[in-house]
Amino acid sequence: MAARIGIFSVFVAVLLSISAFSSAQDLQIVNAERRIDLSSHIVKAFLTLKVENIGKDPAAEMLLAFPPTQIKNLAMVQALAITGKKKKKTYLPLDVKPTEQPDAPNDTGYYRVTFISPLGPGETVSLEVLYILTHSLEPFPVEITQSESQLVYYHDSAVILSPYHVKQQTTFIKTPSTRVESFTSIEPANRAGKEIKYGPYENRASYSYTPVIIHFENNSPFAVVEELVREIEISHWGSLQITENYRLTHGGARHKGVFSRVDYQSKRSVSGASSFNALLAVLPPRVNSVYYRDEIGNISTSHLRTGFRKSELEFEPRYPLFGGWSATFIIGYRVPLEDYLFEASDGRRYLNFTFGCPLVETIVNKLTIKVVLPEGSKDPSAVLPFTVNQELQVKYSYLDIVGRTVVVLQKDNVVPTHNVPFQVYYTFKPIYMLAEPFMLVSAFFLVFVASLAYVHIDLNIVRK
Amino acid sequence: MGGKSEPTKSESMATKTTNPDLLNTSFFSFKSLKLKTKQQELLLRISILGLVYILAFIARLFSVLRYESMIHEFDPYFNYRTTLFLTEKGFYEFWNWFDSESWYPLGRIIGGTLYPGLMVTAALIYWTLRFLRFFVHIREVCVLTAPFFASNTTLVAYFFGKEIWDTGAGLVAAVLIAICPGYISRSVAGSYDNEAVAIFALLLTFYLFVKAVNTGSLAWALGSAFGYFYMVSAWGGYVFIINLVPLYVLVLLITGRYSMRLYIAYNCMYILGMLLAMQIRFVGFQHVQSGEHMGAMGVFLLMQVFYFLDWVKYQLNDTKLFQTFLRITVTSAILVGGIALGVGTASGYISPWTGRFYSLLDPTYAKDHIPIIASVSEHQPTAWSSFMFDYHILLFLFPAGLYFCFKRLTDATIFIVMYGLTSLYFAGVMVRLILVATPAVCLISAIAVSATVKNLTSLLRTKQKVSQTGSTKGAGSSKASSKVTLDQSQPFQKNGAIALLVGVFYLLSRYAIHCTWVTSEAYSSPSIVLAARGAHGNRIIFDDYREAYYWLRQNTPTDAKIMSWWDYGYQITAMGNRTVIVDNNTWNNTHIATVGRAMSSYEDEAYDIMRSLDVNYVLVVFGGVTGYSSDDINKFLWMVRIGGGVFPVIKEPDYLVNGEFRVDKGASPKMLNCLMYKLCYYRFGELTTEYGKPPGYDRARGVEIGNKDIKLEHLEEAYTTSNWIVRIYRVKPPTNRL
Repeated sequence: MAARIGIFSVFVAVLLSISAFSSAQDLQIVNAERRIDLSSHIVKAFLTLKVENIGKDPAAEMLLAFPPTQIKNLAMVQALAITGKKKKKTYLPLDVKPTEQPDAPNDTGYYRVTFISPLGPGETVSLEVLYILTHSLEPFPVEITQSESQLVYYHDSAVILSPYHVKQQTTFIKTPSTRVESFTSIEPANRAGKEIKYGPYENRASYSYTPVIIHFENNSPFAVVEELVREIEISHWGSLQITENYRLTHGGARHKGVFSRVDYQSKRSVSGASSFNALLAVLPPRVNSVYYRDEIGNISTSHLRTGFRKSELEFEPRYPLFGGWSATFIIGYRVPLEDYLFEASDGRRYLNFTFGCPLVETIVNKLTIKVVLPEGSKDPSAVLPFTVNQELQVKYSYLDIVGRTVVVLQKDNVVPTHNVPFQVYYTFKPIYMLAEPFMLVSAFFLVFVASLAYVHIDLNIVRK
Repeated sequence: MGGKSEPTKSESMATKTTNPDLLNTSFFSFKSLKLKTKQQELLLRISILGLVYILAFIARLFSVLRYESMIHEFDPYFNYRTTLFLTEKGFYEFWNWFDSESWYPLGRIIGGTLYPGLMVTAALIYWTLRFLRFFVHIREVCVLTAPFFASNTTLVAYFFGKEIWDTGAGLVAAVLIAICPGYISRSVAGSYDNEAVAIFALLLTFYLFVKAVNTGSLAWALGSAFGYFYMVSAWGGYVFIINLVPLYVLVLLITGRYSMRLYIAYNCMYILGMLLAMQIRFVGFQHVQSGEHMGAMGVFLLMQVFYFLDWVKYQLNDTKLFQTFLRITVTSAILVGGIALGVGTASGYISPWTGRFYSLLDPTYAKDHIPIIASVSEHQPTAWSSFMFDYHILLFLFPAGLYFCFKRLTDATIFIVMYGLTSLYFAGVMVRLILVATPAVCLISAIAVSATVKNLTSLLRTKQKVSQTGSTKGAGSSKASSKVTLDQSQPFQKNGAIALLVGVFYLLSRYAIHCTWVTSEAYSSPSIVLAARGAHGNRIIFDDYREAYYWLRQNTPTDAKIMSWWDYGYQITAMGNRTVIVDNNTWNNTHIATVGRAMSSYEDEAYDIMRSLDVNYVLVVFGGVTGYSSDDINKFLWMVRIGGGVFPVIKEPDYLVNGEFRVDKGASPKMLNCLMYKLCYYRFGELTTEYGKPPGYDRARGVEIGNKDIKLEHLEEAYTTSNWIVRIYRVKPPTNRL
């Protein structure tokens, strides 16, 4: 079904793009400001655009273009329309969809932003676009020793890649520290403290591209979860059991040579600056029965702080993670059912839970969420604000006969901004809750009946 | 004792309530009670056994509560790994498993060199639970296998006690064995070792055999053969059975207790047991060829001679003729047997006794000839204190029990006496064999307790009855009252009996307290995770082993070869999932000696050895920072001895100064520069471990180390755990020749 929706949406997108393309050149960007934040390994870019319709027909949408190196690392694009001025500013979220263009130069990738109301000729609109890039900081040198700090490259363009003419633009790039080894200078460009400024540039034609490379120090934890499987098991007896299987690596410059414990212990500030040994997971409030373990047993270094709004689990892997080192572990916890399971107006039940990864500031390359519905539930369907791969599986748990339906949601390249609620709807008859207790009771009953029978029946052939 | 005294107590209370005004109803209740006495007794017995069953299980769960549900120590990790393999790949794959991850580059044929009983048992439990829709993890099954079988052992102990003495003794035996530290030490949750099921199998075999001897029934003998098969499949200690049972039969023959029952029981058990045991690949034809099993075969043949003689005696009816015949037959039988044994041994068909067997008979043998056996702490001769620690009051009750056994000598009591005495001897030779002696000690002590308490209570009760109700109780009380008339001459008899009873219960309660304390303090530590008390009384956990093994598992190439002392081999393969050079199987002494030689050589020489073994990483265990005393430096002399046993270039005196093992400035130069010293103390000299002590102060040995400036040429530090307990070094590839 998901595949069909996908095909359908592509079809619609193609149709739309043909109609949209005719008006593509009728827009121009009057003013653009871009702020790129490179302080962690998740690159966040804020784009403020002022778009004007210079054509004759009203334009319903506009395109955002991304170079091919970025489009594959693009985790998320969000757009907001700004209405009102200064203090009365209101932000309205806009619909953003990936799209394809038939004549895209050099494999440029596109996202389509649909305006709230079509932009009439001569009108302007202000937009704020946030896009997030993962795996875009390339460590150089590729291998570092324990005493070195981590230097990375960031590749981008000094001017914004856009299918439209851009009248005026500026780009600000924020680095985590003042240590910048080098940056490509495209006049006017200058660096002050932690900020590099490119621009302002005037009147750049559509699809202008001026590559720049910034080489700077970034010792923030490059925590990359290569694979995360979250299993949410619904028990109508009162709890949600969540089990999270992590495969975590340090995605930064690879560790080379010696690991010295003496240096790591005594000269913590200069030794293993890019390594990390503590992680923070934000868990739901009222969380209980938290455990943290791996294939060979419990890991004893963790602290849990529970609160009303959220709980925080601070934990350490068994060893500090240096570049290229990895660790696998499992975090499990239980939350009360009434906080997350509700009944819809049509009588169906739905689970309302947070998507994404509970770890702070991490990239998840492959996220799988498995919602295990109680035995006997029917017609599951998931509602999410973005597209994910969906499929159904069957899982057998304690005392199951027909197995439990599992809704599997799978998404690649997940960043903390994806931590938004999603819903899984299903129908369930409460009578099924009694099946398992009934089985247990009858099993015990049978045991006693059997022992009664054994005591009273004489199986001897010879009468004593 | 409870089962015996309780129902009679309620009975006597019922008799007390017989007052005239409530005569009718009380008469009715008395009658109905009397009808139910047997059932009451049964109910009590079953509930006591049920409670003991549960007690035996939960007493072993301290480690799970203190730490976590995890596998303990060394060998259990191998068993766990093989069980995991068995459940994942199935039995045939398991049976034909060639493991290339251990004993690199030799490998190990796992299916042919292990006792599969434990793994198959755990896998069967696992599969059964899964079939019943209990989706447990195989680790949980493995962790709880030992307590489960300990519970089963208490049941067997009950039946065994019942067989050799009476129900009361059986119940006491069940209680005693349920909490006896000697047994708990090897069967706490997580101690997933062969002994966990083997003690159950051992006791079951003995019980069924004694039952077969008592009844002369083929069915029990068959059962005993299967019990023996299970034991053979589970543990190498089956050799004890196959030697004790023939010895017992021999003793019965000599003492003139030969009977048809014995003949049936032994022959059936031996023949079937032998055929079944030969199905285990690790045993195979050893069962008919090796020296350890020859006694059983000899007794088997002797039995046939006995039977034949019996028949001839019956046929001849002439004592003089029979005497001559007897002389000729016995002489020729012994002659033939001797020649057969001689020829067999000379031609190599019958293998001689192994070193392990010798070391059991002679406590000093291993020390002189097999250092690898002597180096293991659980193979040391037992100290008196550990007997006291593991048996507590049983140590005093044992001789008393022996007295009772000798007083009522039957086939069954002879067996338990022989089992007790032989196993106690072996327990004295090796610490770990306390385990084998424990069931016998518990049973014999149970006889002592049961018999004493029974005598005392019957004394008390008959007096009461005589004074109150007279002779209303029929045969039982008339017997007792005759006893009373006998004992009437002794003054203060009743008070004495009460005092003695109180004493017995005091002793038993002390025993229970001691057992709980020992279990919780001494035997429930997994030894993978170390716990210590901090300065403020808080609990500090040293989880360095798992830290290191997990580091190996995650951050080294999958085909990396790890060299470490053999103690850690099983753990590295199970938790680190990497290939090791040597492990706890210790089947190849030369290979272990090679590692010992590498560890005790200078770095250059060691590097050549490591290159020849394709070693990528070297792992050492070092307790200098934490004060953990069972580390590699303290084990180092054994490495030297084992290495020197095969390679004479390694000489123990080179590492000693005036016969003393030192690591400080006064240590021998060879010691200060050998690989093990360098790896343990590399950059340790820069570290201050204790306030007020110079840097490089080794807390495990309490000295400042002698070589603080250690340079490594061919190795580099790859990882050191947070408390320095495990240090891992990478072996550098050879430098290019210019």
